[in-house]
Amino acid sequence: MTIEILGISVLWLFLFGYVIVASIDFGAGFFNASTIVTGKHHIVNSVIQRYLSPVWEITNVFLVFFFVGMIGFFPKTAYYFGTVLLIPISISIILLALRGSYYAFGTYGSKGHKGYTLMYGVTGVFIPASLTTALIVSQGGFIKETAKGTIELDYFALFTSPFSWSIVLLSLVSVLYISASFLAYYSSVAEDNGALKLFRKYTWIWSFPTIITALGIIVEMRWHNPSHFEGLLDLWWVFALSTLCFVTSLWYLRKARYGLSFIFVVLQFAFAFYAYGASRYPYLLYPYLTIYDGFTNQTMAISLVIVFVIGLMLLIPSLYLVFKLFIMNKPYIKNQKM
Amino acid sequence: MILESVEFSRYLTMLTLSVHVVFATVGVGVPLFIMIAHWIGLKREDQHYILMAKRWTRGYVISVAVGVVTGTAIALQLALLWPRFMEFAGQLVALPLFMETFAFFFEAIFLGIYLYTWNRFKNPKHHFYLLVPVVIGGAMSALFITSVNAFMNTPQGFTLLNGELTNIQPLLAMFNPAMPTKVAHVLSSAYMTAAFVLASIAAFHLLRGSRHEYHRKGLSLTMKVGFIFCIATALIGDLSGKFLAEYQPEKLAAAEWHFETKGEAPIILFGVLTETNEVKYAIEIPYALSILVHSNLSGEVTGLNDIPEEYHPPYVIHYFFDIMVSIGIGLTLLSMFYLLALKRNWAIIKTKLFRTFLVLTGPLAMLAIQAGWWFTEVGRQPWIMRGFMKTAEGATDSNYVWVMFIVFAFVYLILMIGTAVVLTRMFRNNPVEYEIDGLSKQEGLGEQRGVTV
Repeated sequence: MTIEILGISVLWLFLFGYVIVASIDFGAGFFNASTIVTGKHHIVNSVIQRYLSPVWEITNVFLVFFFVGMIGFFPKTAYYFGTVLLIPISISIILLALRGSYYAFGTYGSKGHKGYTLMYGVTGVFIPASLTTALIVSQGGFIKETAKGTIELDYFALFTSPFSWSIVLLSLVSVLYISASFLAYYSSVAEDNGALKLFRKYTWIWSFPTIITALGIIVEMRWHNPSHFEGLLDLWWVFALSTLCFVTSLWYLRKARYGLSFIFVVLQFAFAFYAYGASRYPYLLYPYLTIYDGFTNQTMAISLVIVFVIGLMLLIPSLYLVFKLFIMNKPYIKNQKM
Repeated sequence: MILESVEFSRYLTMLTLSVHVVFATVGVGVPLFIMIAHWIGLKREDQHYILMAKRWTRGYVISVAVGVVTGTAIALQLALLWPRFMEFAGQLVALPLFMETFAFFFEAIFLGIYLYTWNRFKNPKHHFYLLVPVVIGGAMSALFITSVNAFMNTPQGFTLLNGELTNIQPLLAMFNPAMPTKVAHVLSSAYMTAAFVLASIAAFHLLRGSRHEYHRKGLSLTMKVGFIFCIATALIGDLSGKFLAEYQPEKLAAAEWHFETKGEAPIILFGVLTETNEVKYAIEIPYALSILVHSNLSGEVTGLNDIPEEYHPPYVIHYFFDIMVSIGIGLTLLSMFYLLALKRNWAIIKTKLFRTFLVLTGPLAMLAIQAGWWFTEVGRQPWIMRGFMKTAEGATDSNYVWVMFIVFAFVYLILMIGTAVVLTRMFRNNPVEYEIDGLSKQEGLGEQRGVTV
C-alpha cells in the first residue's frame, strides 16, 4: 500500500465518521423540531437531549479533522476546492455557525426556547445538502474554465443536473434514516417506549427511500461519468454486501433487536461508502486531480501519519470513555440517580 | 477585479478572526480559572468556590460553542479565501494544523464529560481531574495554531529551488524563530484577559450593591492571578520586541515610527504622523527603544528609511501597538494597586469609582488582545508569508468575496448579540444568592447535589 492510499483511506475513514455522527445529530435536530410542530415533542425530547448534549461539540471536530487532514495530505485540493466552492461552503459554514450557537443558546441558555429548537432542526437539514456540493463537484462536470484561465463553479450545470439533486436527496433521506435507527436503539436502552415506537416508525419510513435513491444514483452515473460507472460495476459485490446489511438491519428491527439493527445500518453505509470511494480511484477531483499529483511531500506525509497514530492512541480511549459514560450507560440514559 | 477580491478576502479574514479571538481567548484562558476555583473549593471544602467553578463553566460553554463555530469558519475560510497560499503552505505547516485539531478534540471530549458528570464520581477529585485535559488541550491548541501563524512571520524549514519546495523539515517549520515568544505571549495574555473578564463580572456585582462573600472571593482570586499574568505578559512582550528587531525590523520600526537608523533610539507613544512622516504631539521616552531591543542605551535600531518602501507595513500599526501596551501597563498597575490595598485594608477599593475601574478591566483586556493581533497581522503586510509570498498572490480569484463579506458580517452580528443576550439572561435569572440558598438547604440532607449545567 502506498502512502497516498493510506492517506486517502485515513481521510475517508474520518469522513465516514463524520457522516455517521453528523447524521445522527442532524436527524435528531430535525426530529426534535418536527415533533414540536406535530405535538409529539414531549415523547422524544428527553432521549434526544440526553444523547446530544455531551457530544455535539465532538461532531464538529470530525468535520474540521477531515478538512485539515485533506489539506495536509493533499494541499492541491485547497486550490481547486477552495476556489470553486467559496459560496457553497460559506453557506455550510453559516448554517453550522447558526446551528451550533442556537443549540448552545437553547440548551444552556434559555432552556426549551422553541425558536432555537426550530432553527436547530431546519439548519440541520440544509447543512448536508450544502456540504454534498463538495462531493458532487468532485465527481466532475461542474467546473468551467474562464477566459482568464481560472476555474469556477458552473452553477447552471449544478442546479439543472438531476444527478446533483439525486445526491442531495440521498444525503437527506440517509441522514433521517441513520438518525432514526440510532435513536430507536437509544430509546430502547432508555426503555422509553413512546420514543421507541416513534423512532422505529421513522426508521421504516426512511429506509426504503434511502436504498432507492442510492440505486438510482448508480444508474444515473452511467450517463454522468461512464468511467466511474464502470468502477462502480467492478465493485458490485461490495454494494451487494451493503444491500445484504440493509436487509439484515430491517430484519433485526422487526425482531426488536435495535442495537444490532443500528450496527447493520452503519455497516450498510460503510460498505457503500468505501465502495463508492474506491470506485473513484485515483481521482480526488475528476479529471483535474488524482491522489498522486495532489499529494504532499514525503516528509510531511510521514510525519502526519506518525502524529495521526499517536493522536489515535489518545483519542480512542477518550472516545471510549464518552461512549461508556453517555451512550452505553443505562442509568445516565434513563436519568436515574448515580 | 482580482485586487478587489484580495481586499475583501483580507477584510473577511480580519472580521472572522477578530470575532473568533474573543471566544478563543476566553476558551483558552477561562478553564484555568475554573480549575483553580474547583481545586480551592475541594481543598478548603468551600462551597463558594465549587459554585464559582460551576457558574463559570456554564457561561464558558456558551462561549466555547460560538468559539467552535467561528473556529470552524476560519479553518474553512483559509482555503476558500487563500487557496494558493494554502496549497503552498499546506505542504509545510500541515503538521501543526493537524495537531491542533487533535488538541481541540481532547478539549471538546473532556469538557463534554466534565459538564455532564457532576456527582457521577464517588471521589469528587476524579471529576476535578477531567479539567486537566481541558486546560492542557486549550493551551496546546493555542500553541499549535500560533506556531502556524509564527511560521507565516518567519518561514523556515524548507528550500525553495526554482519554485519547487525541497528539503522540507516539518519540525523546523513548526519551531520557527517567532514561535516561542508568540506562543508564550498568546498564552499569558489569554490567561490575563480571562482573569480580568471574570474579575469585571465580580466587580460588576459588587458595584451593583451585592455584598455577598462569593463575589469578593471571586474578585480577589482573579485579580491575584491576573496580576501574575500581567507581569508574565509584560516580560514576554519585552522578549517579543527583541525578537522583532532581529527578524522583522520593518514591523518594529513601523510600530514605533522609527525612520532613521540610529542608536539611542526613543520610544514614541501616541502622537500623529504628518504627510511628510514627521511625528507630532507624541510623548518620547528617550533611549527606551534601544534598551528594549539591545538592553543598552546606545544600541542601533534599524529605521524604515533603510527598508525598501514596498515592504513597509502600514504606519497605522503604531496606534494598535500603543493601545495594546498602554492597556497592558494600565492593568498591571491597577491590579498591583488592588492587591496592595487588599493587604493593607485600604478603603478605596470599596469605592464606586474604583469598582467602576475594575469593571472596565475585562473589556479593556479584550481590546488589548484585538489591538495586539491587528498590530501583528497588519504589521506583516505586504506579506502573507514573509519573504516568500505576498498577500495578493495568495488570494482567491473568485469574484464573490464581497457578497460573502456582507453575509458573514451579518451572521457574526447575530452571533455576538445572541451570545450577549443569552449570557446576561442566564446569570440575571439565576443570581448567585439563589444558588447559595439552595446549597445550604441541600447540605441539611447530608449531600451536596450538583447543579445540572
